[in-house]
Amino acid sequence: MKIGQYLKYYLNVKLIGNNFLRYQRIKASSKKIIPLKWRTDILAPPLKIDAKTKELIAKHYLEGQFVSGVRPVAWVTSGAPVEILKALDYYVLYPENHAALCGARRKVVDISSEAEKAGYSRDICSYARTDLGATLSKKTPVGRLPKPDLLLACTNICQTVLSWYRVLAHYYNVPLALIDTPFIYGELRDHDVEYVKKQLEDLITIAERVSKRKFNYNNFIRVAKYSKEATELWLEIMKCCKHKPAPISVFDQFIQMAPIVEMRGQKITIDFYWAMLKEIKKRISDGIGAVKNEKKRLLWDNLPIWYKIRYLSEYFGERGISIVASTYTNAWGELASLIDYSNPLESMAKTYLNPILNHGPKYKLNKMKKMIDEYHIDGVILHSDRSCKPYSIGQIDQRNTISKECGVPSLLLEADHNDPRAYADLQVETRLAAFVEMLK
Amino acid sequence: MLRIAALGIDVGSTTVKIVGVNDTGGITWHHLEQTEPSIEKQTARFFDIIKEKIENLKDIPVIATGYGRNLVKEAIRSVTEITCHAKGIYKEFGHGGTLVDIGGQDSKVIVIDSEGKVIDFVMNDKCAAGSGRFLENTATRLGYKINEIGDLAMKADIEVPISSTCTVFAESEIISMIASGKDTSSILKGLHKSLIKRIVAMIRSVNFMPPLLLSGGVVNNIAIRKMIEEEMGEKLIMPTYPQLMGAYGAALIALDENK
Repeated sequence: MKIGQYLKYYLNVKLIGNNFLRYQRIKASSKKIIPLKWRTDILAPPLKIDAKTKELIAKHYLEGQFVSGVRPVAWVTSGAPVEILKALDYYVLYPENHAALCGARRKVVDISSEAEKAGYSRDICSYARTDLGATLSKKTPVGRLPKPDLLLACTNICQTVLSWYRVLAHYYNVPLALIDTPFIYGELRDHDVEYVKKQLEDLITIAERVSKRKFNYNNFIRVAKYSKEATELWLEIMKCCKHKPAPISVFDQFIQMAPIVEMRGQKITIDFYWAMLKEIKKRISDGIGAVKNEKKRLLWDNLPIWYKIRYLSEYFGERGISIVASTYTNAWGELASLIDYSNPLESMAKTYLNPILNHGPKYKLNKMKKMIDEYHIDGVILHSDRSCKPYSIGQIDQRNTISKECGVPSLLLEADHNDPRAYADLQVETRLAAFVEMLK
Repeated sequence: MLRIAALGIDVGSTTVKIVGVNDTGGITWHHLEQTEPSIEKQTARFFDIIKEKIENLKDIPVIATGYGRNLVKEAIRSVTEITCHAKGIYKEFGHGGTLVDIGGQDSKVIVIDSEGKVIDFVMNDKCAAGSGRFLENTATRLGYKINEIGDLAMKADIEVPISSTCTVFAESEIISMIASGKDTSSILKGLHKSLIKRIVAMIRSVNFMPPLLLSGGVVNNIAIRKMIEEEMGEKLIMPTYPQLMGAYGAALIALDENK
């Protein structure tokens, strides 16, 4: 570690940046001002925890600007076994989360075009294009992204990450650790667990070598505990939406899921979700619903449409419709039970084999049927995401089965989670309007 | 003077339709024009026409539908063409089914239950090769009128497959086919088949409920009717005014709201 780099890091992050962001959060929380554009006539006021979310995210990316040379840096896929890296004190960057942030801030067309100019097809996932565009052009709304020392890709979410991370490995000339998770067609098989466990052991060796640090088993157990506790809290928050009216909508969930994805394994994440759970329970006891006058409740399938969060939230809010649950946000909480401290590596192998996208479409369908029942769902919106093929495959059959067996109407909404060029306002509005008319 | 209790206006991408209904929901008047660039001016003119035919336009409820539905200032509110088509069809037949509506800009498949309620729908508006515009463009390119090509396609013994998935590229494919001496009727037959395959794929993507119903301007095209029946193995039922179902449904909704 160079002293100059460390001083810069300490001064900008620890001494000034973090304290300034904390002060901003306290100031914002004390004023209790509702943003001018917020539709208080149809929606509950913003969650108080929002200010904390902003602080956490801002601190995370601020640290990223100065962390190179101070802590080892890893870029990882969203479903990667990050606990191993966290135990070695890696600073972990999630290109998917960064891309989503670019989407929410409407920077994707500009940044993604940089990748397209370099020859990457528009048929590639828009997260990948945003990340590759940001890598090539250095464009980002967060200031600067740290260069990775290690790349970690886990195939439990899709196969695109394989090629995407190979491009990054070539570009940055850094090692790429790959966790290959066999697809689960039926039950989880012992040899699959053994196969992934062996790769986790290899990952420890690679991560030690890159960071020049020794893996500490106690640290690892502590991080795993933090991960498990945070995911359990997240699931508890999701379950609160079974209540009528639902205290938060899926749009709140999309925003508040950032810490569970990119800050898993940290104590701060547990504190954050404890505070959020407390606020939500208060909403329930006060009878506050995310949508005022909740008349209908929907289930969302697939990733959010990041650049249309506000529009969709208001569109449904105006009509007394609350989207109370989603397969996507739920997925981040349903793995928790698999973590077992007495057998951490094996249980971690099971955990990371188990994401919804590593199972066949029928697995997701069964989850949806269960959620329709438990969350008292009146209709389902299946976002057919041009970018996310593994999530979108089978949706036509899932839609028909839901209509037939659950008796609730469902809508297939064609869009893209990050690229607004694959979204047509007028066409989406017609579909939504017709769907709302069906719900009446 | 006409007896009109409610009005429905369907502002589509190709045509604008207005329908007036009496107290019992029967069509008493309708008017249809090609869609003009300025929808506000065109719909205002529609209402000028009707003002001359009835006395109390102000008291008559109007519901707008179609892609330009939000631009009709005279409407009390707008309703999507999905709901309006279902309403119109149910009123005419008294039963549900699976309605295929092939419009100028989009195609829709709407499943209507035995009480006239929409229980499912799919739309194709991303690709012109699944809409009426596909036939219109290529007919023009071949020098035929839109109402001639169905009969011509039916005369062909063999069908020339069209491989392009895009309206624009299909045009250039057709030009090269003509250049290589392919028979126009056979090309047209292939063209119709290409559209029908897309429509049938849409029908198969919903929980199909018989009977099979067809609306939209393409109802007049015999080749479309025959090919859908062949592909689906179902007899088609068509309304009396296939192009007016959206506007008719809108008028019926307006009538209900006034009761």
